[in-house]
Amino acid sequence: MLSYIFRRILQSILVLLVVGLVAFAMFTFIGDPIDNMLGQERTQDDIDRLRGELGLDQPFVVQYVKFILSALQGNFGVSYEQGRPVAQILAERAPATLELAAVSAVFALSLGVVLGVYTAIRRKGFVANLVLTLSLIGVSLPTFLIGILLIYLFSVQLDWLPSFGRGETVALGGWTTGFLTSSGLTALILPSITLGLYQMTLIMRLVRSEMMEVMRQDYIRFARARGLPERVITFRHALKNTMVPVITVTGLQLGSLIAFAIITETVFQWPGMGLLFINAIQFVDIPVMAAYLMLISVMFVGINLIVDLLYVAIDPRLRT
Amino acid sequence: MGLLDITDLTVEFPTRRRLFVAVDGVSLDVQPGEIHGLVGESGAGKSTVGAAVMGLLDPPGRIASGNITFKNQQVSGLDDEAMRALRGRKISMIFQDPLTSLNPLLTIREQLTETIRVNLDVSAEDADKRARDLLDRVGIPDPDTRLDQYPHQFSGGMRQRVVIALALCSEPDVIIADEPTTALDVAIQAQILDLIRDLVDERRVGVILITHDMGVIADTTDRVTVMYRGKVVETGPTAKILSTPEHAYTQSLIAAVPRPHKKVHRFPRINYGGDDPDFAIEDLSRNWPQYDNVSGDPLLQVRDLTKRFVEKRSILPWGRRYFTAVDQVSFDIMPGEVLGLVGESGSGKSTVARMIAGLYKVDGGTVEFDGDLVSDLSNREVQRAYRQEIQMIFQDPFSSLNPRMRVDQIVAEPIRHHRLLPTVDIPVRVAELLDQVGLGAEARQKYPHEFSGGQRQRIAIARALATQPRFLICDEPTSALDVSIQAQILNILKDLQEHLGLTILFISHALPVVRQMCDRVAVMQRGKIVELEDSETLFTSPSHDYTKELLSLTPRTENMYERPGSEPK
Repeated sequence: MLSYIFRRILQSILVLLVVGLVAFAMFTFIGDPIDNMLGQERTQDDIDRLRGELGLDQPFVVQYVKFILSALQGNFGVSYEQGRPVAQILAERAPATLELAAVSAVFALSLGVVLGVYTAIRRKGFVANLVLTLSLIGVSLPTFLIGILLIYLFSVQLDWLPSFGRGETVALGGWTTGFLTSSGLTALILPSITLGLYQMTLIMRLVRSEMMEVMRQDYIRFARARGLPERVITFRHALKNTMVPVITVTGLQLGSLIAFAIITETVFQWPGMGLLFINAIQFVDIPVMAAYLMLISVMFVGINLIVDLLYVAIDPRLRT
Repeated sequence: MGLLDITDLTVEFPTRRRLFVAVDGVSLDVQPGEIHGLVGESGAGKSTVGAAVMGLLDPPGRIASGNITFKNQQVSGLDDEAMRALRGRKISMIFQDPLTSLNPLLTIREQLTETIRVNLDVSAEDADKRARDLLDRVGIPDPDTRLDQYPHQFSGGMRQRVVIALALCSEPDVIIADEPTTALDVAIQAQILDLIRDLVDERRVGVILITHDMGVIADTTDRVTVMYRGKVVETGPTAKILSTPEHAYTQSLIAAVPRPHKKVHRFPRINYGGDDPDFAIEDLSRNWPQYDNVSGDPLLQVRDLTKRFVEKRSILPWGRRYFTAVDQVSFDIMPGEVLGLVGESGSGKSTVARMIAGLYKVDGGTVEFDGDLVSDLSNREVQRAYRQEIQMIFQDPFSSLNPRMRVDQIVAEPIRHHRLLPTVDIPVRVAELLDQVGLGAEARQKYPHEFSGGQRQRIAIARALATQPRFLICDEPTSALDVSIQAQILNILKDLQEHLGLTILFISHALPVVRQMCDRVAVMQRGKIVELEDSETLFTSPSHDYTKELLSLTPRTENMYERPGSEPK
């Protein structure tokens, strides 16, 4: 068990090093930072001097190791566009994206599992089929369209919910949260539904098909033959057995909620990392792009590590 | 009036095309302290009777007519809630496959106490105590530790004991056991049947024992009901039915059981209302290469074969633990010989077969085929030739055929792979092969799921013959089949062996079958061969204790053959 965790952590570190290499390579292969930093009136002496100061004359491997070491200390360099440390900029933007992703994930997971179980048990019911049909629409509409439709309906026509921004936020240390004000909470509703809708339908359909598969198993028949009530069979015996594939998909999807919040953030003018990244691309702000890439990969790897550990917690057959 | 009375039960499954009557006017009853056997081939409707009693018919199945009463109380037609109260509390059920009837994610304690508390009004502590007593009662050693383990930590036999403990949770009056020992090997089967017999004698419960195995019927039941295509053909005391069966179907069913005490030339088939095409295997020898089978050298030489599996992984070499599945096994197989390999599950017999076939890497020892060292998988030249000369037939005809390939593609694949024939000649050869295993030309265009288990095993045999091999490994080829189908498949194998001079390694846990099939028999126990003897000698005068034990555990069916006229034609 310990060696399993140890092996998974080693693998995770390897993945992060490779991603770090890609992020670092952007500096070398996408434009020359010296060109960006010195103006038109530069001399060869200026170039050589700055190159020496920044350590760019050193071998690739040495530079890479330096990059990784400073990244470990949270130092990702200075943004070309804003002239401020990248770590500081990200720290300002991260709470907005993480809160949005968390609310979407809770929304997608809770509603997805509940509807999945419901549609699996009431396979022939009218409501179940209606939900399934509507979910197909949810999957096939692009995210930005859903966002725009929601804004049109709830902000423009009904005027119930704000159409953009985070509302008022409260600063708790370095973290700004929208959870503590009513305008912050109402501002979260539309973007998190937009972001989580696809994941919700995906989880629902997955739970439904897994559930229907499990309900055919011998141990469910045997549980019925022992006179256990349907409620116990559904939630204790069947649901737990559907969880392994559901956790796999949810883990991957949670990662992409954070990584691909870009579209939702653009539609709702949400001041998160996605919006920051879009701007960074427009200005070829390589330090920001590199740091964003590293941050997302740390999250993906971390979530997958947790998923692997959850497998073991759920399925005793993996504990060898 | 009995404990459970079934009167004129008819169960229908409405399908799109027609109404399928699975059970047609079946009547039977169980008395307290009695085991009533319900026997028939697969598809006879015997499991459907059990499901109908439990109210667990798969939709769209429904009870069309008839009555089921439990202690004179109407059972059929109760609503779901009343039915659920009866299930588990008064009538319990044991299923066939102990590997799949327990929830893999809950401990034995959780599954037991949950069932106890649903069915009996007791406190958590009392339920816990009862769970422990139940494990003790069904003969599971060290119940305190075992309670907190998960199903995968139990062997097949132990799991079936847990299943029985679960069925006993609420002191039921009737237990329906649906093929409770079919998935277990002979030694475990005897233990489980003994356990059921003890429970019946001790608690006066009534048991309906559903099985296709006449040996189990002869060994355990007091009365027996024989079913054929949804109808009861005969019912009465077991001794009487076995000694003087009146119905032709019962007679052929009894005659089809392989005999442990006598060698016959062919396996008797069930020749009642069946559609069993006979076919001429002689055709096959026409374009079959002739091998010299009289040179006196063994075809296959196995020396000190060893296989270890990792039991516990570790980064540190001294932290690793290994399990020796096969331990220095040596034997020879002469050309044209059939060598039987018997032993209980886990004895390593399938592992030996897989190493010989090159599916597992050997950890020690050598395999030589016709003078070539074939256990060295890196020698590509030798491997290519070897893989054409040896073929394997697996136990499960459902998973050993690719469901997305047509039958003609399945049979043609080995020919294409080894480039044995020009492409234009392949269809002719495939048709020939299918014809020779008794499948018509129309079979070529179908997919595996359109065939029954026996027919699929024929396809597997046709595929194995496609490369014209000299050596065939049969790993429990008939364990998944009914007794009548088993006879057909075994007869095919026997014919092949005789007409083509095939050499066969025949793996089985069914001793009567091994006796009929094999020239010599090797008995394996815990990875070692404990006895290797001429088949007649082994069965008439076994020398090793384990062999004697195995022979004594085979269901005692001798009395079934005393009756004159039961000899096969």
